[in-house]
Formats: sequence, structure tokens, C-alpha cells
Amino acid sequence: MSTSIVSTQQHNKLHPHKFALWVAIASILMMFAGLTSAYVVKSNQTGWRSFVMPKIFWVSTVVIMVSSITMQMAVKAFKNRNMQQYRAMLGVTFVLGIAFVISQVFGFEALWENNVRFKGASGAGQFFWPITGLHALHVIGGVVALLIIFFRSVIGKTKTYNPVPVEVMSTYWHFVDGLWLYLMIFFLILG
Amino acid sequence: MSDTLHIQHEVASHGHSGEPHVHHHKETFISKYIFSMDHKMIAKQFLVTGIIWAIIGGLFSVLFRLQLGFPDQNFPILETIFGRWAEGGKIKPEFYYALTTMHGTVLIFFVLTAGLSGTFANLLIPLQVGARDMASPFMNMLSYWFFFAGSIVMISSLFTQTGPAAGGWTVYPPLSALSQASQGSKSGMDLWIIAMTLFVASQLLGGLNYISTILNMRTKGMSMTRLPLTIWALLFTAILGVLSFPVLLSGLVLLMFDRHLGTSFYLSDIYIAGQALPNEGGSAILYQHLFWFLGHPEVYIIILPTMGLVSEILAINARKPIFGYMAMIASLMAICVLAFLVWAHHMFVTGLNPFLGSVFVLLTLLIAIPSAIKVFNWITTIWRGNLRFTPAMLFAIGFVSIFISGGLTGIWLGNSTIDIHLHDTMFVIAHFHIVMGVSAFFGMFAGIYHWYPKMFGRYMNNTLGYIHFWVTLASAYLIFWPMHYQGLAGMPRRYLDKSSWASFSQFHGLDAMISVVTIIAFSVQLMFVFNYFYSMYKGRRVRSQNPWDATTLEWTTPIHPGHGNWEGEIPEVHRWAYDYGKDGRDFIPQTEPIGENESEH
Ligand code: HEM
Ligand SMILES: [Cu+2]
Repeated sequence: MSTSIVSTQQHNKLHPHKFALWVAIASILMMFAGLTSAYVVKSNQTGWRSFVMPKIFWVSTVVIMVSSITMQMAVKAFKNRNMQQYRAMLGVTFVLGIAFVISQVFGFEALWENNVRFKGASGAGQFFWPITGLHALHVIGGVVALLIIFFRSVIGKTKTYNPVPVEVMSTYWHFVDGLWLYLMIFFLILG
Repeated sequence: MSDTLHIQHEVASHGHSGEPHVHHHKETFISKYIFSMDHKMIAKQFLVTGIIWAIIGGLFSVLFRLQLGFPDQNFPILETIFGRWAEGGKIKPEFYYALTTMHGTVLIFFVLTAGLSGTFANLLIPLQVGARDMASPFMNMLSYWFFFAGSIVMISSLFTQTGPAAGGWTVYPPLSALSQASQGSKSGMDLWIIAMTLFVASQLLGGLNYISTILNMRTKGMSMTRLPLTIWALLFTAILGVLSFPVLLSGLVLLMFDRHLGTSFYLSDIYIAGQALPNEGGSAILYQHLFWFLGHPEVYIIILPTMGLVSEILAINARKPIFGYMAMIASLMAICVLAFLVWAHHMFVTGLNPFLGSVFVLLTLLIAIPSAIKVFNWITTIWRGNLRFTPAMLFAIGFVSIFISGGLTGIWLGNSTIDIHLHDTMFVIAHFHIVMGVSAFFGMFAGIYHWYPKMFGRYMNNTLGYIHFWVTLASAYLIFWPMHYQGLAGMPRRYLDKSSWASFSQFHGLDAMISVVTIIAFSVQLMFVFNYFYSMYKGRRVRSQNPWDATTLEWTTPIHPGHGNWEGEIPEVHRWAYDYGKDGRDFIPQTEPIGENESEH
């Protein structure tokens, strides 16, 4: 379906939807670069208060990394036209995505208990909320997209084996995974 | 996704059979005019929305100019329009601040960003690169509707109890972060932030599409160096937007946290109404960095598209190739890169480290070089050309004049030592209204007059166009030139009442003159709007496919192109876009193969 916008002469180039995703990724990265560089500048000032990352965030990290692997397996299954396994792997990725968000919420609660809250003086803890909150929103967006392509494959009008939507999905998923790794390392070192 | 174009299949399956490939979608009124995915219709939607916004934003400035020009007078009409915000026919100071804020936000973002790029990127990219539509027509439609939603939210803030956001289009904290600080920092500010968030989403969706369409969907033979400069300019505009708007968004997210969740990103040691706030350790300057990291690229997001439009219109109406095509691309690229490296020139008086300041001075002044190259090339393009003075051409030439005038004052401001005196004065107002406001409007008008035949299959009225041009040109200089002197004398910007300074009383007459000319200039714009809508139904019909004898692909489509643009196959391209006056021929379309004895330009 969506390949039809590509005319014959354009087949050797990157598909426009994939390309658009890479540009979108650059754009999202700029937002996080803005936030984390603000953090770095501020952290050099006196009176900066730091915090300790609760252990549960390691669980999140493992969950989202595993989900990247299952996503990749889904892509492979799709390319081998093994739709059964494709759907299974997509389903697992979806569940892991939700597990990640839940694990994050537990982490947020643990921090809240440790008195890392919104109000009061500036510090690492305050930056933590908008940065990880925005990341979680991007994961939730990915989970919704997973759900959509899962249902599409179940309802199964797709007789054509066009891999573009699945590949776009997996690239985005690996991106939010990589972004979390970056943030995790960032907060471990500078938190 | 639903963003499927079926035309390509048809073309592929029976491309050479000679049948006409008219597009048979079942089109309803809603799918054709409202939720349209045709890039040409989306362009018109952006343009009409932009025109409505321009009337609102322009009217605000006329109304507050009334008060500025005649500070002692009462204007009952102000009370009629604004009610209790202008009791007794005098604008209240807080409301004046809100009005300038809305004027700036609306014109910079909603008119000269969305209205301008939205119109011409949508109209020209697919038509000039030779594509059926954008990479994702669905996302393109979303881009318009996010813009529309942002517009509704912004408009609604005008009708709240406490009024719209105030504090200037830059909405600096701490003022904007503390709702107890002013009326304009209450719900109006929340609506401003929400509207801008929707706006950023719209820009990103649009920008992604523009970039991937230009890079991935060019027709056969359309190499990057055969692209018209309009497309190059729109490409760099989109790159700037996609990389800088998200940074504004991050600044606004932190602002929202400070406003509603009690964080201290931007706040520290504040007493308000005798009460100490618990916020500590934040810095208002942080916001300025995040804002201007978008804010400066933003001014180039506004001007680059018009640079592209003007390059194209000058070459076509001088019947000469553009001078220095590669230098034009290189300077667009240089401007694009430098635009990310100069934001702190808006912050020379924030206590910026003077050494760092001098680095920003250097980088800022460097921008004058690519700007000057472009100006030089425009002038050499029309030099000894067979000029056709269409209204579009006049506006394009006017653009060059105005851009020079405004660029020169930029060099003043770029020197931090001079800027310390001129910052936050009327001099800055004069600088950016000329170099950005008026120039961009001139470029946009040039584009509208020039591509109107492609949009509607009719011409706009020329006589009205000439009146529009000359009156606008004269008023632009009359309004903004004197403001330089006010600024040099130290008159601050954004002040309603300057009567407490005896030294500014010399400007009373000048201010009155400016206000009168503003009214004239505004009425001429209304005349343009009349011309625009009237010509849709009553304008002279376009009879030839290529009314301006231009080389580019949009003029190879039917006079009223359907969704999919070309009826048969997309034409192949064999040469660059500027073969005017070559080998004794007036022009050679891009679709014509290079002749045997012909050398490529
Ligand atoms: C030769 C090139 C230019 C230089 C060196 C330059 C320099 C500057 C400087 C230093 C300021 C800050 C003044 C202050 O606030 O104290 C300024 C303000 C501004 N410039 Fe330019 N400029 C140049 C061209 C342009 C262009 C091409 C545009 C837009 C198309 C533009 C738009 C603006 C705007 C909108 C502001 C005011 C923002 C505000 O404070 O509200 N400038 N310029
Ligand atoms: Cu600037």
C-alpha cells in the first residue's frame, strides 16, 4: 500500500517514510539534547542537589533491551513470511513495552518516597521528571503504534508482504530503547 | 496508513497506452476542501488561515499604534472593540503588553512561519521536484490541522477573563512563570504555551515531509543541482525548523513545570507582593538560551523561503539565469549552519561572559557574508535583464531593497558594545521589522502574485497590485525608518507611556505620523486581501499552461491540476531550472533534452 507513492525510478533510494523517521529521530534528539545540556550547565553551579537512581530502573533497562531483541525477531519473522511468529513476537514486544512503563512508574514512586519531588529548590531531581516523563511519553507512543500494527496483521488485509511499516516501527523502537540507555547512563554519572 | 496515492499504480500499469489518466477519487466536499490530502489544497488552507491571522495581528498593531501616536486622546472605538481593557477609550497598560505579545506571536509564528512555509512548501515542493504529492500526504494533512488547533487555542485566549498572554513574544520567565505576577501570566499564558506546543507539532510534521519529499521523491533526472532555488531554500528552512523547534518545546515544558508543579528551573530568590517564594537555584537565563536556540533560527525560518521565492521570480522576470547558482546554495547552507551558532547575540546584556560574547559577535557578523553574497547575486541577476515589471517582480525587487536596509542595522546590533546601548530600544524594533517583517511580507506577496495563476487558474488584478506595492513600500520606510532614531535616542520598546521622559517629547509628531501611515498601510493590505478573494472568481482567466514562460515543472501541469498533478507520466528533467536567454532562445524548459550542439550551462 504505502509503497505506491514511490515511483519506479525511486526504488533504489531509501523509502521516504523511513527517511522521515530518521529526521524525526534527529528532531526528538534535539529536544533531549536541549534538556540534558541545560542539566549539565546547571549541575556545575553551587547548591546543586543530586539524587540516587532507585534500583528498579535497572529492571526497566533490562526490559526495554529485551523488547528490542523481540522486536528484531518480529522483523525477521515478517521477512521470512512467518506471520504466526511475527504476531507472537510483536505481542511480546508490546507486553514488554507496557512492562517498561509500569516499571518506570514504580521507579518514579520510589523517587517520590525518597523526597525527590517537584517543589522547592532546583536540582538534579527536578530535571529528572520532565526528562524521563517525556521519554515515557515517547515509549507510550511506540506501544500504541505496536498495538495498531498488531491488529492490522490480525485483521489481516495485508496480503502484500511490504516490510516498510514494520521496519519503521522497529527503528523507532530501537531508538526509544537507545534513548533510555543514554538517559540511564546520564543520570548514573551526573545524577 | 491511509496516505495512499493510487495514481502511480495506474501510471505504472498502463503508462504508455495513451489513455488520459484523470484521477477518479470519489471526492466529497469534505475530502476535497476540508480534510484534503492534496498538497495544493493544503497550501491554500495554510494561506487562507495565514491571511486571517495577518488581519487579526495587523489590526492589533493599528489599534495600539493609535494609542502610541496620540497618547492624550481617547478613542471610543477602542472601548467598543476591547471593552473593559480599554475603558474610556484608552488602552490599559497591561492590555497594551498583551496586545504587543499577541501581535508578535501571531505574525512571527502563525503568519510568517506557518502561513508562509505552509503555503509555498506545500504548493511548490511536489510541483517543482516532480512528485505526485508529499512523502506522506496524511501527515501533511495532520500538519495543517495541528496548526488549526493551535490557532483555535490561541484565539480562545483572547476571550478569557484575564486576557491573553503578556510579556512579549519571547515570554521570558520569571514574569511568565508566576501567575501572580501579572494578568498576562494567568490562564492566557497556559493557552499560549498549549497553542505553541500544537504549533511545534504542526511544524515538525510538515518539516519531516518537506525534507523527505525533496530528498527522496524527485523525478527522473532531477538531481539536486538541477533544483530551483525555491526548493533549496525550503529544504534548509525545514532543516532549521526540525532541529530547533524541539528545543523551544523543551524550554516550554520546563516553563509549564515551573508554573504548575512548583519546580525551580527558572526561578530563584523571588519576592512578590512582599512575600518570599520557596524557589531557589533556578535561572531565568536558562530559558533565554533555550528560547533563542529556536528564536534565532526562527528568524531565518521566516526569511529563507522568501529568499527562494525571490530568486526564482527575479530570474524569470529578468529573462536571465540566476547569477551564481552554486554560490546561492552555498550561502543558504552557510546561513543555515551559522543560524545555530549565534543565538546569544540576543543576550549580550544578560551578564554573558564578555569573552563568550565576543565569540558570538564574530559569528554573528559572519552571517553578513552569505547575506551579502545573496544580495549581490540578486542584483547581478537583474542587471541588464529584460525586466518585466509584474507586481510579483516589483515585490521581489522591493524585497532586495528592504532586506539590505534591515541587514545593515543588524551589523550595528551584532557588535555587543553598540548593542548594550541599543538593546530593548525601538532600534531593535526597526531592525527586525524591516529585515524580517516587511522583507518576508514582500517575498510572500511576490510569491502570491506570481503563483496565483497556478493556485486558481486566474490572475490577480495588476492595477491593484501596483497600488499595493508602491503604497506598501513607501509606508514601510516611513513607519520603520524613524524608529531607528527613536532607538538611538534611547526610547525603550514595549512601553505604552513615555511621557515621564522629557527628552522623548520631541518625538510626539513623529509618533503621530507613524500611526497615521500605519492606518494607510493596513488599509492597502485589506485591498490586497480583497484582490485575492475577488480574483478567485472574477480574475482574468489563465489561457496558457505556462503564463510566465518559465522553465520549471509546475508549469508543465494542466492549468487546473488534479490530485496527482500530471495526467500522464511525470516528466523527466534534462537540465537546470535557469536556462533563460540561452543560445538565442528566450527560455528552455527543464523537460527539454540537451541539444546536440548545446553545452549544459
Ligand atoms: C546581517 C545580519 C544580521 C545581524 C548581524 C543581526 C543582528 C541582530 C542582533 C545582534 C539582534 C539583537 C538585538 C537586541 O535585542 O539587542 C537582532 C535582533 C533581531 N533580529 Fe537581527 N540580525 C541580522 C539579520 C536579521 C535577519 C535576516 C532577520 C530576520 C529575517 C533578523 C531578525 C531579528 C529579530 C526578529 C530580532 C529581534 C528579536 C527580539 O528581540 O524580539 N535579523 N539582530
Ligand atoms: Cu538573532
